[in-house]
Amino acid sequence: MAEHDITLTVNGEDHELTVESRTLLVHALRDELGYTGPNVGCESTLCGACTVHVDGDAAKSCTLLAVQADGKEITTVEGLAEGRDLHPIQESFQEEHGLQCGYCTPGMIMTTKQLLEENPDPSREEIREALEGNLCRCTGYQNIVNAVESAAGKLRGAQAHGD
Amino acid sequence: MSIETIDADEVPIEEVLGSAVKRREDPSLITGRAEYTDDIQRPNMLHMAATRSPYGHAKVGDIDTSEAEAMDGVEAVFTAADFDVPGEIPVGWLLESLRTPPHPILASERVRYQGDAVAVVVADSRAVAADAAQAVDVEYEQLDAVTSPGDALAEGAPTLHDEDDGNVAFEWELGDAEKTSAAFEDADEIVDIDLVNQLLISNPMEPRATVAEYDAGSDDLRVHMTSQNPHLHRLLMSGVIDHPEQKLHVRAPDVGGGFGAKIHHYADEALTALCARELERPVKWVATRTEGFQTDAPGRGHETSARMALDADGHITGFEVDTKANLGAYLSTFAPAVPTYLYGTLLSGQYDIPAIHVEVTGAFTNVPPVDAYRGAGRPEASYLVERIVTQAARQIGEDPAEFRRKNFVDSDDFPYQTEVAVEYDSGDYEKTLDAALDAIDYDAFREEQELAREDGKYLGIGLSAYIEACGLAPSELAGQLGAQAGLWESSLVRVHQSGTVTAYVGTSGHGQGHATTFSQIVADELGIPYDDVEIVEGDTDEVPQGMGTYGSRSAAVGGSALVESARKIVEKSREIVAHQLEADAEDVEFDHGTFHVAGAPEQSVGIQEVAGAAYLAHDLPDDMEPGLEATSFYDPDNFVFPFGLHAAIVSVDPDSGEIEVERYVAVDDVGNQINPKIVEGQIHGGVAQGIGQALYEGAQYDENGTLLTGSLQDYTVPKAEQIPELETESTVTPCPHNPLGVKGVGEAGTIAAPQAVVNAVTDALQPFGVDDIEMPLTEERVWRAVEEAK
Repeated sequence: MAEHDITLTVNGEDHELTVESRTLLVHALRDELGYTGPNVGCESTLCGACTVHVDGDAAKSCTLLAVQADGKEITTVEGLAEGRDLHPIQESFQEEHGLQCGYCTPGMIMTTKQLLEENPDPSREEIREALEGNLCRCTGYQNIVNAVESAAGKLRGAQAHGD
Repeated sequence: MSIETIDADEVPIEEVLGSAVKRREDPSLITGRAEYTDDIQRPNMLHMAATRSPYGHAKVGDIDTSEAEAMDGVEAVFTAADFDVPGEIPVGWLLESLRTPPHPILASERVRYQGDAVAVVVADSRAVAADAAQAVDVEYEQLDAVTSPGDALAEGAPTLHDEDDGNVAFEWELGDAEKTSAAFEDADEIVDIDLVNQLLISNPMEPRATVAEYDAGSDDLRVHMTSQNPHLHRLLMSGVIDHPEQKLHVRAPDVGGGFGAKIHHYADEALTALCARELERPVKWVATRTEGFQTDAPGRGHETSARMALDADGHITGFEVDTKANLGAYLSTFAPAVPTYLYGTLLSGQYDIPAIHVEVTGAFTNVPPVDAYRGAGRPEASYLVERIVTQAARQIGEDPAEFRRKNFVDSDDFPYQTEVAVEYDSGDYEKTLDAALDAIDYDAFREEQELAREDGKYLGIGLSAYIEACGLAPSELAGQLGAQAGLWESSLVRVHQSGTVTAYVGTSGHGQGHATTFSQIVADELGIPYDDVEIVEGDTDEVPQGMGTYGSRSAAVGGSALVESARKIVEKSREIVAHQLEADAEDVEFDHGTFHVAGAPEQSVGIQEVAGAAYLAHDLPDDMEPGLEATSFYDPDNFVFPFGLHAAIVSVDPDSGEIEVERYVAVDDVGNQINPKIVEGQIHGGVAQGIGQALYEGAQYDENGTLLTGSLQDYTVPKAEQIPELETESTVTPCPHNPLGVKGVGEAGTIAAPQAVVNAVTDALQPFGVDDIEMPLTEERVWRAVEEAK
């Protein structure tokens, strides 16, 4: 199988690696580079546990080949907190009990981040709609929706204060 | 109303038990630092993949592994002939009439479900292993298949095991047949029902996975796996692969949900361990979602005919049940218990029923081995009881809420002995009914329903007065019923010299927040700050013994084991304090972390100081051992019986079959609550799975035993938009027989929800005379039901 040398910038750090043509981005991130935040829950692009940002847009990393991400900026859930200071979305997931087993959570958080960048004040219906590509089997979604609402409030507050 | 979480350091020690403290598990889970099994990497690690039957039922001829073996990167290919071990998965629950055909970890002569493995391949990458597994060439001769229990038990059905015995796995009964038939002879009204409780696939978001490491020097075999019960897996696996239990170490790292699917012993985990031992290299196996659909134990799968006898006043006088239960191709670990003792014993529901008789026939079919899925037996019982009770009320023209109220076990009648062997511990069923009717404003709804009907809009309300039995117990009784394991739980609480605590417990959480709730329990018992308590579970090396997490047992049984150990520590500490203060131990009082002599509160000693003294051991009572730790094996006196009333309001479009769940109110009584936020989260998640069963989910097979719903594209795990906003409330009726007064909450929502929704939809469709639609209530089924009734 053909191999390719590619460069991925993950959470601000440059990595050079060699991948097979068929290597999926999620496997390059997880198995080659050790970013285990994105999880694999299906092979059908339906569960969303592997969601990361590619050049700022949420994408399912099991649907992209690693070579397609060559030269791109990737953000995984590991890139959100600053040291021990959680990102407001992460804080809200903890405060609102927006997770149980946590397997879908990195994907949920990355999808939420994109949603709130595009729509800082979503309704509960809009939140549920935005999460349609991320499955959770534990929470019944209600506390996830609460977490997204609460995070939106915090981020709007931060913006209003010019942070 | 949503409960707000609070930081633990804002809660005084005396209030930590019962507070909605934030989960301590979350920081690692929300930052990507958690360690799930597939996150484990080892130098020199190999990857395993399985060659699985594409057929539901077939004879296996030649297995040609040469092409796979010749592939670059392939280390080995194994078939059944290559392993000189017992290689058969045992049954953990025996019934008198049970047939136990061999359940091999690799099939050799015959495959009995799609996904039954015939070979495994080990290679230096996951992708090569998957390719090579495909390259194993297996000769199959396809056989007729049968996938439903009713079909499997019918005359002339294709048989799976010994042809002479058909597909009967067991025949089982409970209750008084004579008394029950007499009740029907005297009945003023008889209500009949036939229903199917469909086969479900549990779909935890993390697929099953295993990493096994073998050290040939010491003969130690370490297995990291997606387990709900590492100690049970250690015991079972030690027999299956013939490895000494003391040299087998099973560890569950972070586990991404279980819902029952990670209780049982499967072939794949044993095969991974065998490959690691054989090749003396670390081996990883991770199921794909497709493999999960094909091999994770599905749950439910009942076909039932039942009838209920009523007297002239509308009191239930008898209940007779005949169930055919799907067991799949082989017996899974606890399969025989689920449609018998976990089902038949709950058929009294919340009602005072003087005569009950149930017969269950277990059937072998060409689907994966069926076992416990969230609720396990209890949802099937509750679904049946609450559907037929609803039908009974309709038949005699009585309001479904009042019919239930009239037939409830009275709150003064606890403990209540049912006709089906169990004794309910405590309950107040009218209280949850009233709370739910209030929340929903029942009378106003009935008026609104009438007006809506006049406008051609069909609204319905469905009630579900569920009960469950959890915290399975006691061990002696379980043994009499056929369990091949005790059902106690073990804990070790260790107070360190500095006064901090590590507590070890034999449960094994997978998303329930055990580290948080168990810390609350230990902190409360010892009066030690919450942040000074660490919880360890899920590792057979670290935790002395255990039975794991399933059947909503963790708080009631595991939590109680922690309480017992903590109380032993308090007693030892009391003796140390008495010795040092020159007082009698019985005069030393303990209050939230502090000891003092009665009447002299000014002279007090903290338990954390006592810990220091216990290890210094300079001044201890004669004959007392140094140190401050205690172990307990807690064996419960009885099951715990949570209950509640869930109500759904739906609108149904009879022209399209579309259903909208407009409101969902859940009033649950799970006894005392250790952490109300976690309780609420468990209810939410459970209800979502129950609504999933009612509206969306179900494993479907074609006539060849091919799974038609074999991926997330075909099997609907509900999405955020498909689950309504849930309104939750609680009442608290403490359990009288465990030290925490807790019941269990993990399965309640899943048990309660399906019939709330189905009862609501049929209520909405009463103008058309629709009483019954099979789950899942797809638009087509609803539309057909309306058309057929027209």
